[in-house]
Amino acid sequence: MQRFVYLILLLFAVTPAAGANLRIFTCEPEWAALATELAGENTNIFSATTGLQNPHKVTARPSLIAKMRRADLVICTGADLEAGWLPLLRRKANNPKVLPGQPGYLEAADHVPMREIPSRVDRAEGDVHPHGNPHIHTDPRNIRRVAQVVSERLATLDPANATQYRQRLADFNGRWDAALRQWESVAANLRGMPIVTQHKSWIYLIEWLGLERIAVLEAKPGLPPSAAHLSQVAAKLERRPARVILRAAYQDRRASDWLADRTGLAVAALPYTVGGNERATDLFGLFDETLRVLNQHANPEGG
Amino acid sequence: MNRHYSLIISGLLFGLMSAPAAASDPDIQQLRQELELLKQSYEERINALEARLAQMTQERKVSATAVSPPVARDPGARALRQGQNAFNPGIAVILNGKYNDYGRDPNDYALPGFQLGGEAGLSSEGLTAEESEITINGNIDDRFYGSLTLGLHQDEDETEVELEEAYIEATGLAGGTGLKAGRFFSEIGYLNRQHTHTWDFADEPLAYRAFLGKQYTDDGVQARWLAPTDTFVEIGGELLRGTGFPASGADNEGKGAYSIFARTGGDVGTSHSWRVGLSGLWADARERGSSGDEHGHGGGGVEPSVFDGDSDLWIADFVWKWAPDGNPTERNFKFQTEYFDRREDGTVAVDDGAEISGYSGEQRGWYAQGVYQFRPRWRIGARYDRLSSTNRGNDPEVLAEAGLLSTHDPSRASAMLDYSRSEFSRLRFQYNQDKSRPGEADDQLSMQYIMSFGAHGGHQF
Repeated sequence: MQRFVYLILLLFAVTPAAGANLRIFTCEPEWAALATELAGENTNIFSATTGLQNPHKVTARPSLIAKMRRADLVICTGADLEAGWLPLLRRKANNPKVLPGQPGYLEAADHVPMREIPSRVDRAEGDVHPHGNPHIHTDPRNIRRVAQVVSERLATLDPANATQYRQRLADFNGRWDAALRQWESVAANLRGMPIVTQHKSWIYLIEWLGLERIAVLEAKPGLPPSAAHLSQVAAKLERRPARVILRAAYQDRRASDWLADRTGLAVAALPYTVGGNERATDLFGLFDETLRVLNQHANPEGG
Repeated sequence: MNRHYSLIISGLLFGLMSAPAAASDPDIQQLRQELELLKQSYEERINALEARLAQMTQERKVSATAVSPPVARDPGARALRQGQNAFNPGIAVILNGKYNDYGRDPNDYALPGFQLGGEAGLSSEGLTAEESEITINGNIDDRFYGSLTLGLHQDEDETEVELEEAYIEATGLAGGTGLKAGRFFSEIGYLNRQHTHTWDFADEPLAYRAFLGKQYTDDGVQARWLAPTDTFVEIGGELLRGTGFPASGADNEGKGAYSIFARTGGDVGTSHSWRVGLSGLWADARERGSSGDEHGHGGGGVEPSVFDGDSDLWIADFVWKWAPDGNPTERNFKFQTEYFDRREDGTVAVDDGAEISGYSGEQRGWYAQGVYQFRPRWRIGARYDRLSSTNRGNDPEVLAEAGLLSTHDPSRASAMLDYSRSEFSRLRFQYNQDKSRPGEADDQLSMQYIMSFGAHGGHQF
């Protein structure tokens, strides 16, 4: 017993606290990337998921509990995207600084206009989100909205560097607006492009670019596509052809590949978030890459 | 809109109050009446406007299914007019039903070398609604969280309501500390803390059956501390009343058991994660009966017995999970194992206390299991259990009657296949080759459904 206590003490002795000012825990990589833009070098930023993970399905792993225990700021999407693990993490992490209602807790979905708010909330409809579709970051204008709030929180939590955070925000907004103009000009010929998506993860991108979603492979969100529903989608596509099937990098490729085989449509694996492919290394790269992939499929001839 | 009217009204009120004090009583009376009328007419108009607003929102929502207009999720803007219901806690209901088929007589079930206590034993043969569970939880205020779990199950011809858990947690403590009080599943071991419906097999490991009466729950207080390290390190302890098996009788003035636990864990790359834990439970048992005499399970060839003394238990646990790129949706694998070691010292009595013997028990047990999700919705699993004991006493006949002397080491091998339509429903088939008792193996077959609805449960590690 005594030996065991010594062992624990020894463990602390060899794990010294790092010298970073703020510790930021984000649920998804897009918020980690945003925090990196806005917070600068003096912070320790951690993302609970990578671009290859489904953010619905994470478990409250010991490593995540340890990270949240020391966080000064938690940035998550909210709108129940993390309903299966974030509440559990909060209760296990024993960290009152990052509980809802504190400046150290931020849900991005609280600060953007939500789409696809269901009029009926019933699990028979699949994995529905009562507060609306949580995949908000696929519209870069939402990133800008959340940036404002993140920057304000950083200034609240670390008032000594408030000026620096404001400068960083202004700098980021300048670069982001320039990039946005460029993306929108590149995307002008995508308007009205008919597409099929695997999961309902793209509504914000679709609305931003004016794409037209013909069908969704998951008959009900979160439930794997069934063969019967896929056949229906294939039949529908014969009447009303789409240009491309969109799939997030973390999603299983079988359903979209099957449909591609059947219909001859191309499949585009979009990075979905930062780290979703090797070129999407930051937020700018994410949208550069998304538009590059989409543009490849803009012309029926293959472009 | 609403706010404007209340502003006007309060402005009027304010004006009234600050009216010259010289105003005569009839004047005030008249003004009051006028104000009353004004209030009434405004209230009517406000109600009418609200009704229109509600109707419009409804219409908008109906049309929203096609292309929904962006709606800001500003918490203030969507304050719901639900009165008391706005503070409804999360409610989750678990429905659990089984069909069990046993090769040998389940009434004859025993684990030689171990006193069966608590809920230990085989689940009813044939069709059974087993156990339903209702959990209600929510934040009490900014400092406390509360949770209540009721288990409903059939015992003979009565439906029993069992208070499985009823606890509060302090959420606002600094320094990584957590406090819990009430009735709860002890944090010892790995599986003990988890509700049975999240277990990967239809029944408990033999070690849980033998050492913890299926699952150890008790009244008490618990303190946990999380180390401020990148590696997960958690230590904690519990002071417990001492009523749940292996404790009994709320000894030591209602503080009959205490426990400590320590665990550490982390990730290896993005695909692997693990947890290792060690825990101890020291329990005083006052007149701890075997479940054979109370519930009818157990029995056959074994006399009901009563134990008085100390029961000290150590548990070591290890869990390892794999998911490619940390994404368990398609495929994942989970391995878990726990080792139990117990010392008991005291007396054992049979025949209503007529025969008594000193007793010193040394018991060990372990299980190991692996569960593999080989495609979305489908999982297979295998488990192996083993127990052994070296019990001594000054009257071996008494120990033998109580089923505590045995040369047979109970063991069991299980295979499982389950299908989950969504994360809220699961159908399971399980086969056990059960060698709990000496003699031929018992072929046990279970079919089970576990369904949950209501609040979303957590994805525990």
